Amino acid sequence: MFTVFSRIIQYGFKNFWRNGWLSAATVAIMVLALIVFTGLILFSAVTDYAIGSIQDKIDISVYFTPDTSEDQILNIKQSLETLAEVKGVEYISRDKALEVFKTKHADDPTISQALVELNTNPLLASLNVKAKDPNQYAAIAEHLSGNSNLKRYIESVSYYKNQVVIERLNSIVRGVNRGGLLLTIFLAIVAGLMIFSTIQLATYSNREEIAIMRVVGASNALVRGPFLIQGIIAGGIAAVVSLVVSLPLVYALAPELEHFVPGLELFPYAYAHALELFFYELCFGIVVATLSSFFAVRRYLKH
Amino acid sequence: MIAFQNVTKTYNGSSALEDVTFQINPGEFISLAGRSGAGKSTVIKLLVGEEKPTKGRVFFGQYEVNKLKNKELPVLRRHIGIVFQEFRLLPTKTAYENVAFALEVAGRPIKEIHELVPQVLDMVGLADKGVNFPHQLSGGEKQRVAIARAMVHRPEVIIADEPTGNLDPFHTWEIINLLQKINQLGTTLILATHDKEIINALEKRVITLDHGRLIRDEEKGKYILV
Repeated sequence: MFTVFSRIIQYGFKNFWRNGWLSAATVAIMVLALIVFTGLILFSAVTDYAIGSIQDKIDISVYFTPDTSEDQILNIKQSLETLAEVKGVEYISRDKALEVFKTKHADDPTISQALVELNTNPLLASLNVKAKDPNQYAAIAEHLSGNSNLKRYIESVSYYKNQVVIERLNSIVRGVNRGGLLLTIFLAIVAGLMIFSTIQLATYSNREEIAIMRVVGASNALVRGPFLIQGIIAGGIAAVVSLVVSLPLVYALAPELEHFVPGLELFPYAYAHALELFFYELCFGIVVATLSSFFAVRRYLKH
Repeated sequence: MIAFQNVTKTYNGSSALEDVTFQINPGEFISLAGRSGAGKSTVIKLLVGEEKPTKGRVFFGQYEVNKLKNKELPVLRRHIGIVFQEFRLLPTKTAYENVAFALEVAGRPIKEIHELVPQVLDMVGLADKGVNFPHQLSGGEKQRVAIARAMVHRPEVIIADEPTGNLDPFHTWEIINLLQKINQLGTTLILATHDKEIINALEKRVITLDHGRLIRDEEKGKYILV
């Protein structure tokens, strides 16, 4: 058993080396397929980031009547924080709201003048509520306005004003998620098929060798084994090469992508996750190459 | 040792062999004669289990070949050495490795391989060509490597299917003499050929096939086709 196993490994390495051009061509196609695969992983990181930053912009504000005391608001804040759907609650006092408003409109003399003439703070204290899942804003808004204890303190809940926008954003997020998943599956299949057909062609050109091995009395394992080893070697080399090629590619393309998704730092992300990327490429390359070799050789083992 | 019992083989309705019965005893040298398409290659394919008979039974030693499963064929084939007209050497292996391969597939230990392969290469006159790849060898040399591969694991039978078809007259006789020598050492030899000169010169048993039928089976036979 051990003898057969060690011979399989030995044949695999020797054949890979001696079929130099064929092996190089196989590796080259696999590199292209793995670059597509790496692209998919990075694409999902980009969409996650983009979706995250859209979701981060969504929140609802609860405005309190002017006579609600700060303690009461902080109590409500505390009770909101205990809700499972709520990710975080930020308290904006009337003074802080005014300060923000003033900074925002510092360049507009009419508004500044109006505030001076008014002599009081017209703004309301509020709580900015962020949900864990944007689909839960409706439930949170319902909780706030449906509760009669709270209702008397609340002037308005912004959700109802922004309901349409929030729902539209939610549906965009869902669409991007679903579209991204479909695209990922589709391109992963394409990458897999590229590797599969390359290995089938390589095996086809070795069909006479397989026939000779069979005639000489080689067992199926001994015929098939070296092809699996060659698949593993090709997958391993292709994973290394594709990482070496894709990192500079990401470096070059990242500034362009940043125009579409501001704040996205794709190269540092790819660099920090290089080992992980390599692991995925290695797994994908080796699994697909080994399975392809297995099925490609099978058809020639029938006689 | 080898027996064909009423074997018929048809391909898509047309018959390649029809009701063929013969027996080969251990140590015999038989020539399988006939024109191209007479059924010689079909006999060989049935014997090594590459094809299954449409009717009849094929025996090789303890095996009933027509009943062997695909998985069991390698074991049968390790009892047989085959030499082909087109040599069929593994192109990515050297002459030495091609010969060693027949032992490796049988799971023989490396030490035995290192002993046997040089001996056999020496016997076929290629002691100094072990490191060469098939494309670096002449036709006659390739065929001698193929013979070395066929005999190295000491099979009970060597089947040579038109082994001289691609060789010039000088190398042809070199190969035939080599096959005779192997037979004298006790290996049963089946030589499929349509070369009249070889068959007549050998003066051994001849089984003649014509259009899939066995038309003659003679000791010290001649190549006669009507």
